[in-house]
Amino acid sequence: MAKIAISVKVNGVEHTAEVEPRLLLVHFIREALRLTGTHIGCDTSHCGACTVVLDGRAVKSCTVFAVQADGREILTVEGLEHEGKLHPLQEGFFQEHGLQCGYCTPGMLMTGFAFLNSNTAPTEDEIRHAISGNLCRCTGYVNIVKAYQYAAEKIREGGTQ
Amino acid sequence: MIPVQFDYAAPATLDEALSLLAEHKDDAKLLAGGHSLLPAMKLRLAMPQMLISLGRIKDLAYIREEDGQIRIGAMTTHHQLESSDRLREICPLLPETAGTIGDVQVRNLGTIGGSLAHADPAADWPAAIIALGAEIVAVGAGGKRIIKADDFFVDMLTTALDPGEILSEIRIPAPQGRTGQAYLKVPQPASGFAVVGVAVNLTLNGGGACESAGIAITGVASKAYRASAVEGAIAGNALDEQTITDAASHATDGIDANGDLYASEEYRRHLAQVYTRRAIETAAARVK
Ligand SMILES: Cc1cc2nc3c(=O)[nH]c(=O)nc-3n(C[C@H](O)[C@H](O)[C@H](O)COP(=O)(O)OP(=O)(O)OC[C@H]3O[C@@H](n4cnc5c(N)ncnc54)[C@H](O)[C@@H]3O)c2cc1C
Ligand code: FES
Ligand code: FES
Repeated sequence: MAKIAISVKVNGVEHTAEVEPRLLLVHFIREALRLTGTHIGCDTSHCGACTVVLDGRAVKSCTVFAVQADGREILTVEGLEHEGKLHPLQEGFFQEHGLQCGYCTPGMLMTGFAFLNSNTAPTEDEIRHAISGNLCRCTGYVNIVKAYQYAAEKIREGGTQ
Repeated sequence: MIPVQFDYAAPATLDEALSLLAEHKDDAKLLAGGHSLLPAMKLRLAMPQMLISLGRIKDLAYIREEDGQIRIGAMTTHHQLESSDRLREICPLLPETAGTIGDVQVRNLGTIGGSLAHADPAADWPAAIIALGAEIVAVGAGGKRIIKADDFFVDMLTTALDPGEILSEIRIPAPQGRTGQAYLKVPQPASGFAVVGVAVNLTLNGGGACESAGIAITGVASKAYRASAVEGAIAGNALDEQTITDAASHATDGIDANGDLYASEEYRRHLAQVYTRRAIETAAARVK
């Protein structure tokens, strides 16, 4: 079975690789690129821990083949920080205690990144709807919602997104 | 969970995809959003030797209005349908249905064509597509053919598509006159799929009576079905509470309902009646 050459831009950096068609995007990111911030929780498309932003939209990277990402652009949690400065969402999770064990956090951040790109004044209901594909077994979600609100306010005040 | 090995092609045109499909026959599978196929491949329930991605074919994702129809490209994602302002205006049943599917990430990749071709008995689109009286365009080596939504779903995970065909477009008669629509669903709490989902597309006449009704139900049986007895019981009548309740009691007439760990057969029938009543009431209240 032939390997396929792909070229994918991840966090602004172009990567080329020869991959087996069956290689999952999440394994490509974690094992080929060694970007282990993206987590694998369920491996069954349900928990959202593996969420990355693909061409601007949040997707579960355990349910995408790496070959499908050929020619496309990906942002992972490692790409959120900008020149040593945390993204408003990262700051929000820190300030509002939006994590406990941290397992779900990279996925929560990437879902939030794509969401706040299209809505910088979300209601609590909209936030809860937006994170319905991301499970957290620790926080009870309340502080995650607060972290999103914190970030939204920062972005409205002119913080970077 | 790792799928078995396979070869992969991402053709640039529909014609190339069709010839690959013809060449590899039963060993091949088409890949759309992958949100039904990948989970099945990981579990090795599906083991295609050749995966043909439709993702590089230009112009398979669109929402157009043509010849009194709304035409939707097979690769249009649930998200694109959910967020279309134009559809919200002219056929709100489509964005409403799309918005109930899975979660944000699933809607970003899953496609309407993939969902219809997969024909999961608990999928949401089949109900909407039947209620709207849609047609499905299938392209094969011999050209195009049109399949009515009513004839498209054959059984669980089985459609009227031939193995060598690709679903290219969904055509929906643009709603005319005083219409009201609704999609109401009881989601399975873990999977999000419909335990019961009811799609309603009503047209009222000048006097306020029901001129025509398209009502379809998913989640209950081995495939989504048109609730003809319910449609017949409201057509021509004023939509008062009694008429709607009586009509909805026919929601599962003649249907072999499923039972599973989450919902017994009896409970599903009950839910189907309650949600049919509520969906008709909601659609009637939305008539403009
Ligand atoms: C966590 C999760 C939750 C979900 N919740 C819901 C839900 O609540 N409601 C719901 O309805 N669905 C739900 N789904 C399923 C989702 O909507 C899928 O996206 C959809 O069923 C399949 O579309 P796809 O584009 O991903 O198709 P794929 O998975 O790529 O393909 C599915 C099948 O259709 C075939 N196929 C695809 N496109 C074509 C075509 N154009 N012509 C011919 N054959 C084709 C493929 O060969 C394959 O056999 C869920 C999925 C997940 C992972
Ligand atoms: S690991 Fe991808 S959704 Fe859980
Ligand atoms: S912080 Fe532990 S799973 Fe969310």
